[in-house]
Amino acid sequence: MAPLLFFYFGGVIVGTATLVVTLRNPIYSAISLLVTFFHVAGIFVLLNAEFIAAVQILVYAGAILVLYLFVVMLLNLKREERYHRQYLVGAFLGVVILTELALIFFRTTFRAGIGPFTPAHLQSVGNTEAVGMALFTTYLLPFEVASLILLVAMVGAIILAKRVVPR
Amino acid sequence: MNFSWIQLVAIAPEIVLTIGACALLLFDLVIPRDQKDKLGYFAVGILIVACYGSWKLANVEADVFFGMFTLDPYATYFKMLVYLAGALTILLSMTYLEIEKIHLGEYYGFVLLSTAGMMVMVSAGDLIMVYLGLELLSISLYTMAGFKRSESRSIEASAKYLILGSFSSAILLYGISILYGIAGTTNLKALGTFFAANPLDNPGLLVSMGFLVVGFGFKVAAVPFHMWTPDVYEGSPTPVTAFMSVAPKAASFAVFLRVFAEALGGLKPHWQPILVTVAVATMILGNVVAIVQTNIKRMLAYSSIAHAGYALIGIIVGGGLGTMSLMLYLMIYALMNLGAFGVVILLRKGGMRGEEISDFTGLAKKNPVAAVIMLIFMFSLAGIPPTAGFVAKFYLFMGAVEAGMVWLAVVGVLLSAVSAYYYLRVVMVMYMREPSGDFDLATSPATSLALVITTIAVLFLGLYPAPLIDATKAAILQIP
Repeated sequence: MAPLLFFYFGGVIVGTATLVVTLRNPIYSAISLLVTFFHVAGIFVLLNAEFIAAVQILVYAGAILVLYLFVVMLLNLKREERYHRQYLVGAFLGVVILTELALIFFRTTFRAGIGPFTPAHLQSVGNTEAVGMALFTTYLLPFEVASLILLVAMVGAIILAKRVVPR
Repeated sequence: MNFSWIQLVAIAPEIVLTIGACALLLFDLVIPRDQKDKLGYFAVGILIVACYGSWKLANVEADVFFGMFTLDPYATYFKMLVYLAGALTILLSMTYLEIEKIHLGEYYGFVLLSTAGMMVMVSAGDLIMVYLGLELLSISLYTMAGFKRSESRSIEASAKYLILGSFSSAILLYGISILYGIAGTTNLKALGTFFAANPLDNPGLLVSMGFLVVGFGFKVAAVPFHMWTPDVYEGSPTPVTAFMSVAPKAASFAVFLRVFAEALGGLKPHWQPILVTVAVATMILGNVVAIVQTNIKRMLAYSSIAHAGYALIGIIVGGGLGTMSLMLYLMIYALMNLGAFGVVILLRKGGMRGEEISDFTGLAKKNPVAAVIMLIFMFSLAGIPPTAGFVAKFYLFMGAVEAGMVWLAVVGVLLSAVSAYYYLRVVMVMYMREPSGDFDLATSPATSLALVITTIAVLFLGLYPAPLIDATKAAILQIP
C-alpha cells in the first residue's frame, strides 16, 4: 500500500508543481501550489512524520499560500507571456539533466542506515516530542540562526518595499 | 554532550553582533536624520567588541552545540578578516549614504547581521550550519544591493542577485541532501571519517560534489557561475559592492576549503580536476573581459572574478601551504580591494557619479594624494612589488609549483600580466591625461581613516609580510 501511495503523492507533486510554473494565470498557479503542498504533507505522513505534515498544511497551505493569493489578487497581475526564446533550449537541457540524474541515482547506493527516529521510537516518545527534542538539543544553534534569517528577511522586505521618503 | 552555559562563551562574538544589530534597528528610530553617522560609529564599536571577544578565544579549539559549531584558529582568522572588512565598509559608507540620501540605520544593522552570517559560515561544523550561515549572509546582501531604491540599476541588481542566489542555494542544498543520503550525516568531521574509510564507488557522490562546487562557485563568483557579478556589482551602492567583493568572498572560500578539505578530503583526486578547470576558466575569463570594461565598478567586478580564480589555486593545492596561501591572499585582497573601492567612493559627489574610468582623467593633477592611493591599490591588485598584492600572489603560485602544478602557476602569472593592462590603464588615465574639469572629492574623516588604514596595510604587508604570514601559519586548518 505504502509504495502505491508514495507514487500517487509523488506523481501529483510533480504534476502540480509543473502546473505552477506553466499556467498563465497566477491564481491558478497558486491553487496548484496548494495541491502540491497537500501532497507533500501526504509524503510526510507516509514517513510517520505527522507533526511535520500538520505544520506543512498549517504554515504553507494555511498561511503562506493565502498570503500569496492576497498579494496576487491585490496587485491584479497582468497575464504575461512568460516564455521566451530560450524555452526550447531549457526544456532540452532539462530532459538531458533529468535522464543523467536518473541514470546516476539508479546506480548510487545510499548507505545512510536507519536513523534513530524509527516508527517504534516515535510511537514511544510521541511525534511532536521527538521533533521538539531534536530542535532544542542537537539543532538548537541552527534553529536560532534560522530565526535570525527570518528577521533579516522581514526587515529587508520592509526596507525594499517601503515608500521612498523624500527629504 | 548536554547543553551547558559554557558553550555560549564560544559563540559570544556572534551573540554580541546579533544584539548589536538589533539595538541598531531600534536606535534608528530615535536618532535624528542628520546624525545617522552615530549609528555607523556604534556599529564599528560593536565590531571592535566582537573582535576583542574573538581575540580572547583565538587559541581555543572546541566543538560546541553538538558539533554544529567549530571554534578553531582557522575560523578565528577569518572572523578577524570579516570584522575588518565590515568595519572598513562602514567607515567608507557614511558619506556615500549621506550623498545618495539613503542614510538608513538599517544599513549598519545589515552589515552586522551579514557579518554574523559569515561568522556562522566559517565556524560551521555541519553542512546545515554552512547553509544557514550562507543564507543569513545572502539575504542581507540581497537587501543591501537594493538600498538605492530610487535607482532602477540598484533594484535590478537586488532582484537578479536574489533570483540567481536562491537558485544556487537550492543547488547547494540538493548537493548536501545527496551527501546526507550517501553518508548518513551532515557533520563535516563525520563525513571526513566516512569518506576516508569509503572510497568513491558511487556516481551519486560525484553529482553531489558537482552541486557543492556550483553552490560555492556562485558565491565566490567563479566561472561559469559568475554571470551575476558584473551587473550586481555595478548596480549596488558602491560601499555595498566593496563589501560584497571581499567579505562574503573570503567567508565562502573559507567554508569552501573547510568542506572540501575536511569533509571530502578523501576524495581529493576526484574534485581536484574539476576545480583546476574552474580556476583556469575563471582566471582567463575574468582577466580578458576586464580589459574591455569602461565602468570601473564592472572592471573591478571582472577583476574580482579573476582574483577568485587565483584564490582557487589555494584550495587546489591544499595542505599546509595551500591553506596558508589562501588565507594570506584573502586578507590582502580584502584590504586592497576595499581601498580601491574607497577611492571610487571618493569620486561620488554632487552631479558626479565617478563610476566611469574616464572620470579619473587627470586626477593626479588636481588631487595627487587620491591619485597616489589609487595607484598603490592598482599596483597591488596587479601584483606589482613592493605592494602586498605581490606577496599574496607569490605564495599562491609558489604553492602551485611545490605541488607539482607548474603549468597552473604559469597560467596564473601570464594572466596576471594581462591584468596589469587594465589596472595600469586607470593609472595612465589619472597621470597622463589632462583633467577636463574640477574634482570635488567626497572626503570625510571616516573615509580618510579607512583609506589610510588600507593604504598603510597594503604597503606595510608588501614590505614586511612576516607578521601576517606567521598569523596564517598559526591558524592553518588542522585536518585530523
